[in-house]
Amino acid sequence: MAEPVRSCVVALEINGEQVELEVPARRLLVHFIRDDLGLTGTHIGCDTGNCGACTIHLDGEPVKSCMALAVQADGGTITTVEGLSADGELTPLQQAFNAHHALQCGYCTPGMLMSASALLARNPRPTEDEVRYALQGNICRCTGYVNIVEAVVAAGGGA
Amino acid sequence: MLLPEVEYARPATVDEAVSLLATHDGARPLAGGQTIVNVMKARAGAPDVLVDLADLHELRSIGFSSDGRLEIGAMVTYAQLMASSEVDVARPILAEVAATIGDVQVRNRGTVGGNVCVSDPTNHLPPLFAALDATFTIRGQSGERTVSSEEFFVGVYMTAVAEGELLTKVNVPASSGAGDGFAGLTIGKHGTYIVNAAASVSGGAARIAIGCVGATPVRATEMEERLAGGDFSEDSARAAAAGLGASLDPPSDVHGSADFRRHLAEVSAVRAVIQAAGRRKR
Repeated sequence: MAEPVRSCVVALEINGEQVELEVPARRLLVHFIRDDLGLTGTHIGCDTGNCGACTIHLDGEPVKSCMALAVQADGGTITTVEGLSADGELTPLQQAFNAHHALQCGYCTPGMLMSASALLARNPRPTEDEVRYALQGNICRCTGYVNIVEAVVAAGGGA
Repeated sequence: MLLPEVEYARPATVDEAVSLLATHDGARPLAGGQTIVNVMKARAGAPDVLVDLADLHELRSIGFSSDGRLEIGAMVTYAQLMASSEVDVARPILAEVAATIGDVQVRNRGTVGGNVCVSDPTNHLPPLFAALDATFTIRGQSGERTVSSEEFFVGVYMTAVAEGELLTKVNVPASSGAGDGFAGLTIGKHGTYIVNAAASVSGGAARIAIGCVGATPVRATEMEERLAGGDFSEDSARAAAAGLGASLDPPSDVHGSADFRRHLAEVSAVRAVIQAAGRRKR
């Protein structure tokens, strides 16, 4: 039987690369990503699961990495904001954020991009209402959301 | 935030999970983690061992029993409820309500078992399952038992699931043409409920449960009795709800006084009953 342990090896794929690292059981996934792997594009905002700045894709679905343990992601596939653009070119979504001035301080942007890219993956031409529903878990203190919603709708080809 | 030190185990079978929970002091199940991780951050609780249920695939399924009950595994996520064809056929209200819990990210991780086992009085599913007359199957080392929602919800953050036990599934009776409704008032769109009410109307009978007004869901039994004649018009529902608020002892807080909650309980119950009655299949 699996006996409880204080630390264990986490093996997962992140942005196309395999990593394997022993971590304490209490290590949050967001700290694993930022501190152990050095991928600091994923932000910590509220650290209480409300703001969505730490959103990543785990097995293709957006989740908040401050509300998961690193050990829970063992065997999984993760994409962070660094992994959105494989070849260094901005994705159409990122270009839309630029064109529509969808960020001011930029702190929430990685989480916004991860939630929006997950939406576009399953619904390539979302309406404004669908975008707002999909971004409910991401808080922005600067923009008032209007330009963010416009950018995501535009990235989907909508007006 | 740094969590307190904790041990971790990821069992491969339900029996192994139950055994881990029963043999280690301070062991707690880890389902989606959308509550317990924050509880640990806030130092409101410090389990010694987390028993991760992630690999228990039998707890992730939604299906029907031989007698037509909808069986929902404890590890089924809100996102799964929303996408399930079984839920859509049998009890679409579950998908409808799940779609208003938390946000996309929380719905991808949060589970049915977690929602009911936390037994937070403002959670969505406890009053809904109470109105649907659901039962709860609990596994322990000595075997399995199934309890009603009245027995399951014991108090704030307390359920019938004892130390060393595990909720494995929630069973919802076959709908048999019943219509279900859910209404209430939230803090912001899709936010925490101030008061909610769930109703299930089958033939001429209604089953109604109110949430956020006590430690556990409160059945509106007097209102149910007054509606037993089968008249679910707005006038009839309003008349039946009269006095419901006065029978409750809800809390007062920054979001609403106890009297406001008494008022909301009546309004929510009426709306849930009208919605449920309109959805019956005749």
